[in-house]
Amino acid sequence: MKLTCLSKGSSFHFPPSHILTICGIRILLECPIDLSSLSIFSPIPTDSHPYPDVEFSNSSENSPISDSGCPKRRRIEGTLQASDLIRAEPWYKMVKNLQLWDVSSIDVVLISTPMGMLGLPFLTRDPRFSAKIYATEATARLGRLMMEDLISMHYEFTQVYGVEELGFPQWMKWEEIEVLPLLLREIAMGKNGAELGNWQPLYSAANVEDCVQKVQTLKYAEEACYNGSVVIKAFSSGLEIGSSNWMINGPRRNITYLSSSIFESAHAKEFDYLSLQGNDLVLFSDLSLLHGMTTLDKNAHDRKNHIRLEVNDLRPSTSSAFRDKGNDGDEFMKSLVNTNEITEEMDKLSFICSCAINCVQGGGSVLIPLSRLGIALQLLEQMSLFLESSCLKVPIFVISSVAEETFAFTNVVPEWLCKQRQEKLYSGKALFGHVEFIEEKKIHVFPAMYSSNLLRTWKEPCIVFCSHWSLRIGPVVHLLQRWRGDPNSLLVLEEGVDVDVALTPFKPMAMKVLQCSFLSGIKMQKVQPLLELLKPKIVLLPKELRMQLQAASVSSVISIYRKTCKLYYYEGETLVIPSLRLDFEADLSKDLAFQLQPRRTSQENIAVARFRGELLVSQGKHLLVSAMEPVEFQQGQLLHWGSIDQNRLLQALQEKGISGSLDNRSITDSPSLIYIDKPSRALIQISATGTIISAADEALASLIFEAVNSVLDGI
Amino acid sequence: MAIECLVLGAGQEVGKSCVVVSIGGKRIMFDCGMHMGYLDHRRYPDFSRISESGDFDSAITCIIITHFHLDHIGALPYFTEVCGYRGPIYMTYPTRALAPLMLEDYRKVMVDRRGEKELFSSDDIIECMKKVIAVDLKQTIYVDRDLQIRAYYAGHVIGAAMFYAKVGDSTMVYTGDYNMTPDRHLGAAQIDRLQLDLLITESTYATTIRDSKYAREREFLKAVHKCISGGGKVLIPTFALGRAQELCILLDDYWERMNLKVPIYFSAGLTIQANMYYKMLIGWTSQRIKDSYSIHNTFDFKHVCPFDRSLITAPGPCVLFATPGMISGGFSLEVFKQWAPSEMNLVTLPGYCVAGTIGHKLMSGKPTRIDLDKDTHIDVRCQIHQLSFSPHTDGKGIMDLIRFLMPQHVILVHGEKPKMATLKGKIQSELGIQCYDPANNDTVHIPSTQVVKVDITKMFIRTSFSATPKSIKTGVDGISDSISQDSAALPLIQIGDERRSEGILVMEKTKKAKVVHEDELLQTLGVAEHKVQFAYCCPVYVSTIEHIKGNELSSIISKPNGDTGVSCLLESNSPSLSLAEHKQTLMGSELGASDQCAWLHRLYIKLIEKCSGMDLQEFSDHLQLSSLHICLCPNKDCPFRIERGSKGRSMAFFCCSWSLVDENLAWRVLSIMKDLDLSQ
Ligand SMILES: [Zn+2]
Ligand SMILES: [Zn+2]
Ligand SMILES: [Zn+2]
Repeated sequence: MKLTCLSKGSSFHFPPSHILTICGIRILLECPIDLSSLSIFSPIPTDSHPYPDVEFSNSSENSPISDSGCPKRRRIEGTLQASDLIRAEPWYKMVKNLQLWDVSSIDVVLISTPMGMLGLPFLTRDPRFSAKIYATEATARLGRLMMEDLISMHYEFTQVYGVEELGFPQWMKWEEIEVLPLLLREIAMGKNGAELGNWQPLYSAANVEDCVQKVQTLKYAEEACYNGSVVIKAFSSGLEIGSSNWMINGPRRNITYLSSSIFESAHAKEFDYLSLQGNDLVLFSDLSLLHGMTTLDKNAHDRKNHIRLEVNDLRPSTSSAFRDKGNDGDEFMKSLVNTNEITEEMDKLSFICSCAINCVQGGGSVLIPLSRLGIALQLLEQMSLFLESSCLKVPIFVISSVAEETFAFTNVVPEWLCKQRQEKLYSGKALFGHVEFIEEKKIHVFPAMYSSNLLRTWKEPCIVFCSHWSLRIGPVVHLLQRWRGDPNSLLVLEEGVDVDVALTPFKPMAMKVLQCSFLSGIKMQKVQPLLELLKPKIVLLPKELRMQLQAASVSSVISIYRKTCKLYYYEGETLVIPSLRLDFEADLSKDLAFQLQPRRTSQENIAVARFRGELLVSQGKHLLVSAMEPVEFQQGQLLHWGSIDQNRLLQALQEKGISGSLDNRSITDSPSLIYIDKPSRALIQISATGTIISAADEALASLIFEAVNSVLDGI
Repeated sequence: MAIECLVLGAGQEVGKSCVVVSIGGKRIMFDCGMHMGYLDHRRYPDFSRISESGDFDSAITCIIITHFHLDHIGALPYFTEVCGYRGPIYMTYPTRALAPLMLEDYRKVMVDRRGEKELFSSDDIIECMKKVIAVDLKQTIYVDRDLQIRAYYAGHVIGAAMFYAKVGDSTMVYTGDYNMTPDRHLGAAQIDRLQLDLLITESTYATTIRDSKYAREREFLKAVHKCISGGGKVLIPTFALGRAQELCILLDDYWERMNLKVPIYFSAGLTIQANMYYKMLIGWTSQRIKDSYSIHNTFDFKHVCPFDRSLITAPGPCVLFATPGMISGGFSLEVFKQWAPSEMNLVTLPGYCVAGTIGHKLMSGKPTRIDLDKDTHIDVRCQIHQLSFSPHTDGKGIMDLIRFLMPQHVILVHGEKPKMATLKGKIQSELGIQCYDPANNDTVHIPSTQVVKVDITKMFIRTSFSATPKSIKTGVDGISDSISQDSAALPLIQIGDERRSEGILVMEKTKKAKVVHEDELLQTLGVAEHKVQFAYCCPVYVSTIEHIKGNELSSIISKPNGDTGVSCLLESNSPSLSLAEHKQTLMGSELGASDQCAWLHRLYIKLIEKCSGMDLQEFSDHLQLSSLHICLCPNKDCPFRIERGSKGRSMAFFCCSWSLVDENLAWRVLSIMKDLDLSQ
């Protein structure tokens, strides 16, 4: 078994990606695209905003391509300016290192989240691609909607720049890349310059359709069997509606592939960690902890109009509860769950809502380009309630080409939701609050900025939910250009977005920015207890977590956990995992078992039996059944082992009416001989490793053989 | 391990479905229904047969409820809240959501109308539902380490499921009620091609074969349309869930097409509320409805208006859905009393009405007067239309399912005794499957196939598969190999004749048995091989040296060894060499390679002559036929020289060795050699 970490990912929106080889089957785990790298592109110029755009209102009328070649853009490195951005139809950046693999060699693709699916059409549109794709029904559905939304947002660009001619776009030429500011250059080609090949022109709606057709959708805990030998099952991870962790059970490997997981969710079905128990190996791929770390470094500096929201966990840590309760499963579970994750997240949402209320009370509008479905749905509920309780008649607009379908979908999937939402089903209430608010016309849903209905309903101040968090595509671009100069307005961004780069085309910004981090995976203090619960023999961890885990393990020393072997993987490197089991498990059918004629051996407690049967494979399990025709071995034993006790042999010969004598001349090292004189002359030559029977006639030879056979182990 | 089925209900009858199945120490109760036709103790299954002490928690591992119909769930609150069962209960999400409505409705009818002492309260229903674990289709749920269950789509009503259960290697499916053909709002039953020891199936329509559904739907619409155009009122007594939605979709659609304005009412809030549930559970409906929900949710009925009690006596035509079905009491009875006396009106009845209900009385013959009790009677002059479509599979569907799954055994429940007997006979004669139709409280014992867990080595698998690539096709991989798409029965395992694998099973006490390839055995056991071989130094007549010199061979023999006879070409002092050493000695002997070659070649020619087609191979120093090795023996003390040959004749000795496999072959060759004369 081998693991290659293709990419550690960078955020909720760009999950890690790996290639796993097990039992000769090559599995690609996740196929996301790095949408944060869209930030190197300039958003399309709009004519709707009331503020003059100093940066590129003129240039947009010129051919952007001729403009981009201009050497004046080569500047001393400093703050990024709007003019530094690439003015071209954006391309999209796939997982790095993936292009090093032959598409046709991939056998299986597992998709855990809608985000992990966004790059999939790039693979499926390749005619050599033939892998089986597995994703949950909900992930496939939401992934499809996200891809369709991406295409519709991208469409605006083709309106401006025309359809891209085939081949490399101008901006990818070396001369062009070279003059990019360092920051953009790094995004474009990676730190080592190897990532330029990851860019792809966006797929078409037909590509998406084709891709979705190829996905085999699953329910949680539904068994899918690949190639008869590997059973694949998805279990809820709690991150998003339909998102999953995986069990991959091969004949000799039981693997848990753990993606970013959330124990308690206010929308998606909770992290089902109990079902993941009992596997030999855990691939720990929840790298949300790493993602948090990097963004903290980058955005360390403060900004005047920049509010950073981090609700610290002030509640006492419950990790001490694990210590002496190694065998008490219930305690484990309680300590894993009861850390008020939901409350913390709710506090964050409430804070955003109160900021938004303040903002609209001050006459400003609120722009929320959040693409996290769960967060957006909860925020919509909260926001509507906040507005209601503040008696404000401020409209909420949701602008997205797929909003209506998304809303309809989220209200018919109780099986994929958390317990509280399922309770709503049981009491006959809509699963999400937006249903009611849309009916009451408190929330207005529009497919696009320029729909006539929107213009009729539009009223400011207002609160707008729209795409896309990269601030380069989608309705957000228009609204940001409209409101960026308004100090009363508020932009809500997610942690993980590089605000400096993201806001470059909208500078100067008078608008307030609220950046908020949401829980995107397992918290550090829960990693250890979770692994203790899962009790794998081997856990594969990113090397970046090594230090933290060691630090954490000092504070809670638990014996079970020590038995787990930790292996660390590195981005771009292949890790070979030692085999735990040499043999495969199989079932032997009763009828075959009844046909067996076991033979005892001189080794105590061991018996052997030769058989003929049929080996069948189904559901990753081997089954041995008897052959349809009765089994007959024409020959007697074919294989002997051990050594011959000469006296026993003489006795056995005697019983068959054969008499002989031991050759007395024999020297210790050389073989001993037994001379047979009755019924006729014959000879048996015996050494430690073999026996030779020599007789002049067949009958005697086989009689002697029988005697030899009776004193030897054999089969 | 064997499977034991205790049929507590729905044995040779329809009502109070309840089968308790024991497999390998696990005990599963499938359904916990009540019988609508009885008011005494017979309405519930006889739970005392499960545990006399009443300790149901230790007697039962889990309860599985297939769907929300009262004949499948009606006794559940009684069993959990009154009898005290506290273990897990599994049902699908829609069943979990809708069962409380059904139970509450039933409880109200019992208490409010019949004035009975309640058997369970509203709180009991709520408490009971808290014990439920909701499942989705196709999920493999581990009830505990040994018992796994899985739900499959059954059609019938929303959320209805067939349940698969597996303990160790024993497997079974309990179908509950199912429908093999899709209807207005539900798909047809779907199941994987599972390997089953036992299938327990409903058999409501054991012997009925139904024709096209659309003709029957048209008939219904025609009857309704005729009634309302004549100014009449249509009463559709129905339970709140299931049939109500199906008929309403049908009517709503028809109203739209025909541009009808006559109001359609739903009695009480119940059915309106039920539609709210259906809207959220759209994922469990038919593909057609699922595909269109984001544009229009089918359960947002356009022509349905809320009902008001005063409308019962209001003039003008209307259509009214009223609960409960079968006119067993409640509001539908109240309306029936008002509307039945007018011949303008129409009452529709479902295909099946439990004995004892007014619906049943109306179906049997055409009564003009129904006595409610000794003081009240109703004159029946209205039209009666019996709906002939049912959410149950017909006899053909049952046979299709059985043929698709080909289980080892079939148990029929939920049907009428004579029809079940007919179907049972058919299953046994046409499919050759052992079939049972137990009565209530009977127990059926099913023997079960058994397997032994073993380890098999990689080498064994490799050698087996290099010869025999083969796998069992089940429905889970790829495109679902499911019955609704393909009901043709295919043999589960296609048996080929040459697909053999041969190995050795090593059984060690206290360890798991292990299957190894023959070549791995010694290593596995940690022993060295002891080769048992046969040898014979065979004399062959060669005449004299001079004679040989004179013949054509002399030209090949470059260095003839003059004086000594062939029989004593070489002296050796080591009489007991292993065969290998023996051969080596020969190689290094004075006898030139070409001499050996000459004699061997002669022998080769002769043997080939005598036995054409023999795969004898010639090498410079020996001949080889399978394991039979023949070389010229220069050792006059060769231990294998058992026979010296006849006196007076020149003999050459050929040392032959072979192993047991080639015993017959070797003796055949030897007998030829003994008769040869190489000089000729
Ligand atoms: Zn039913
Ligand atoms: Zn039934
Ligand atoms: Zn010899």
